[in-house]
Amino acid sequence: MTHDADILIAGGGLNGPALALALAQSGFTVTVVDARPAPARAEAGFDGRAYALAIASKRLLGMLGIWETVAAKSQPILQIKTSDQAGDGPAPFFLTFDHAEIEEGPMGFMLEDRHLYAAFLAAMQADPRITLLSGESVVAQEVTASGVTVTLGSGRSLAARLLIGCDGRGSGTAERAGIKRSGWGYGQTALVTAIAHEKPHHGIAHQYFMPSGPLAILPLPGNLCSIVWSESEAAAAAIQALPDAEYLAALRPRFGDFLGEISLAGTRFTYPLSLSLANSFIAPRVALVGDAAHGVHPIAGQGLNLGLRDVAALAEVLTLAARRGEDIGAPDVLERYQRWRRFDATALALGMDTVNRLFSNDNPLLRLGRDLGMGLVNAMPNLRRGFIRQAAGLTGDLPKLLQGKPI
Amino acid sequence: MQPTSTIDAAEVAKFEAMAAEWWNPHGKFKPLHQMNPCRLDYITSQIAAEFDRDLSAAQPFAGLRILDIGCGGGLLSEPMARLGATVVGADAAPRNIPVAQLHAKQSGLEIDYRHTTAEALAAAGEQFDVVLNMEVVEHVADPLGYLTACRELLKPGGLMVCSTLNRNAKSFAMAIVGAEWVMRWLPKGTHDWAKFITPEELYGLIRQAGLEPVDRKGMVFNPVTWSWSLSSRDLSVNYVTASVKR
Repeated sequence: MTHDADILIAGGGLNGPALALALAQSGFTVTVVDARPAPARAEAGFDGRAYALAIASKRLLGMLGIWETVAAKSQPILQIKTSDQAGDGPAPFFLTFDHAEIEEGPMGFMLEDRHLYAAFLAAMQADPRITLLSGESVVAQEVTASGVTVTLGSGRSLAARLLIGCDGRGSGTAERAGIKRSGWGYGQTALVTAIAHEKPHHGIAHQYFMPSGPLAILPLPGNLCSIVWSESEAAAAAIQALPDAEYLAALRPRFGDFLGEISLAGTRFTYPLSLSLANSFIAPRVALVGDAAHGVHPIAGQGLNLGLRDVAALAEVLTLAARRGEDIGAPDVLERYQRWRRFDATALALGMDTVNRLFSNDNPLLRLGRDLGMGLVNAMPNLRRGFIRQAAGLTGDLPKLLQGKPI
Repeated sequence: MQPTSTIDAAEVAKFEAMAAEWWNPHGKFKPLHQMNPCRLDYITSQIAAEFDRDLSAAQPFAGLRILDIGCGGGLLSEPMARLGATVVGADAAPRNIPVAQLHAKQSGLEIDYRHTTAEALAAAGEQFDVVLNMEVVEHVADPLGYLTACRELLKPGGLMVCSTLNRNAKSFAMAIVGAEWVMRWLPKGTHDWAKFITPEELYGLIRQAGLEPVDRKGMVFNPVTWSWSLSSRDLSVNYVTASVKR
C-alpha cells in the first residue's frame, strides 16, 4: 500500500500546525487538512484574541523555529495576581505569583492569535515535508491493516499510516473512530475582548474569582490587555447584546480602576464554557490531540498549553518509534502516547473544573474557606512556587521539546 | 515462497488469525511486545555504532543484510526492514513462516522468511552484516555449535546481537516462577532454567566460537512504569550482548 503521507492531521488550528512542524522536523511527511478556506498571507488585523503561553510552550515554539519570529510581538507575564473579588475591589486575601520566585524568567507570554497563526502558516509553507489542504474536511475514514484512508469533502481520498485528530472538542475524527466523550456544560459563557487602558500594566496578569465566574485580565504589548470574562449563559448573552458603551459600563465595576480609564480595543467574542473529555485518546491508527482529546474550561489559558504538551509527547513517541523501525500506527506505539498524556490532561481538566466550581460561588462558608486557603498559599513560598511551576508547565514528566531539547 | 494457488483458503484464514495473535500487544505474545522497544533500542544503537549509521536519517540500515534467527511472527524482522535493511527471517517452526510472510505483506514490507536453521544457512554459505540471535541460545541443545554457526554466517566486521537469561536464584524466581507460574505471561515449560547462561559463560562461549564480545547490558522490567529499560549494572535476569567478527 502506498501512502500519500506518513501522517494525516485533521484540523489546521494551532495544535495541528505545531504537530505537523514537529513531525516534519523528525523526517515524517505530513498532510494537514484544514476546513477553513486558504488563508491570506498578510496578517489579519488586531482582533484581541490572544493566548497565555506557558514557558514550556514557548520552549516548544522555540524548537519549531516559531518563537524567534513572534518573540518581539509577545508580552512577558511578570506577575500573576489572583484574588477572590465579589463586588468591587480585591478581597482582603489574595495570592501573588511573581516570576522572580522561579528561575526560568517570566512566568509566561501573551501572544495574539493573528501573530501565532501567521508564524505557523509561514513555517508550514516553507517546509517541503508538509502539505496544507485548505478548505477541505475529512468526511470519512477507514482503517486497514497497514494504514488509514480518509475521504475528503471534495471526494479526494488520502492514505497514511496514522490519522491524528486536532479537530477540536467536536472532533469528527474521534466520532468516526467510535470514541465517546464525557463532559458537561457549566451554564457559563466566556466574554472575550481586548481593552485599552490609560496606565501601564507592568506585565501583571490578574485573575479575579467572582461568584458569576472568573475574570482574567492578561497584559498585551502596550497599554492593552485581553480579558476573559465568564458569566452565566443568560447574563453573558445579555451583556454581549449591549452596545459598546454599556458593555464597558458593565465591565468597569468588575475590572476596577487600577489601570485608569478603559475602552474597548478589539472584537467582542463569546465562548460557551464546557468540559469535554474523550473516553480514549487513541483508536486503531488514530490519535487525538488538544481539545479533540480534552476540551477544558479556559481558566488560566491552559487549553493551548495542554494541547502543546500533547503535541510534544506524541511527536516524541512517534519519532522514537520510527527510529526503532516500529510501525508508527501500531496499537502499542499509540498506547505509549495515551499513557503519557491521559492522566495529566484529565487531572488538569478536572482540577480546573474544581477551581472554577469552588470560586464561582457566593456561599459564605466556601468564601471564608477559599480566602483562608489563598492567604495560606500566599504565606508559604514553597507551595506558591509549586503553583507557579505548575501554571508555567514546568512540572510532570516533560517531553523533550517542552524542555527546549531536540527529540 | 509457495505459489498462492497451493495454499487453501482455510489455511490462509488460520494464518491470518495467527498473525493477528502474534501482533496483538495484549495477546499471547504480550511479554515480547512489552520487551520489544527495549530490545530494538539496543539492536538499533549497536548496529548504528558498528556501521556508523544515523538513526534519525531515512532508511538508516540501507545496504545491510540482516539475519533474524527465531523470527517468529516478525517482531524484529519488520522493524529492521522498515529501517532499510535486507532481512532474512529464519525460524525452525514451519508454522511461523506463512504467518510472518502474511503480516509482512500487510505491512507493505519485503522480507525473506525461511523455514531453516542457523546451521543450515551457514552450511549453504550465506553471509550477513548482522545476525540477531535474540532469546534463542537458551533453547538450543549445543550452544557452542550454534554460536559457531552464527560466526560463520557473519561477514568480517559483522555484528552479532545475542540476548538470553541469566542463571541464578533471581532469574528462577522472575522468569520461571513469576513469568510462567504466577503471571502466566509464558506457557509453563517455555524455559528450562538449567539451560540459562550467565554473562561470563556466554562471553566464554562467544570467544570460543571465534567472536569478540564488545558490549553487554541488562534488560530490566520496572513494575511501576510497566516497561523495560536497559541497564549497565543489572544483568541479573534478562541481558543482551553485542559481539563482532574481527
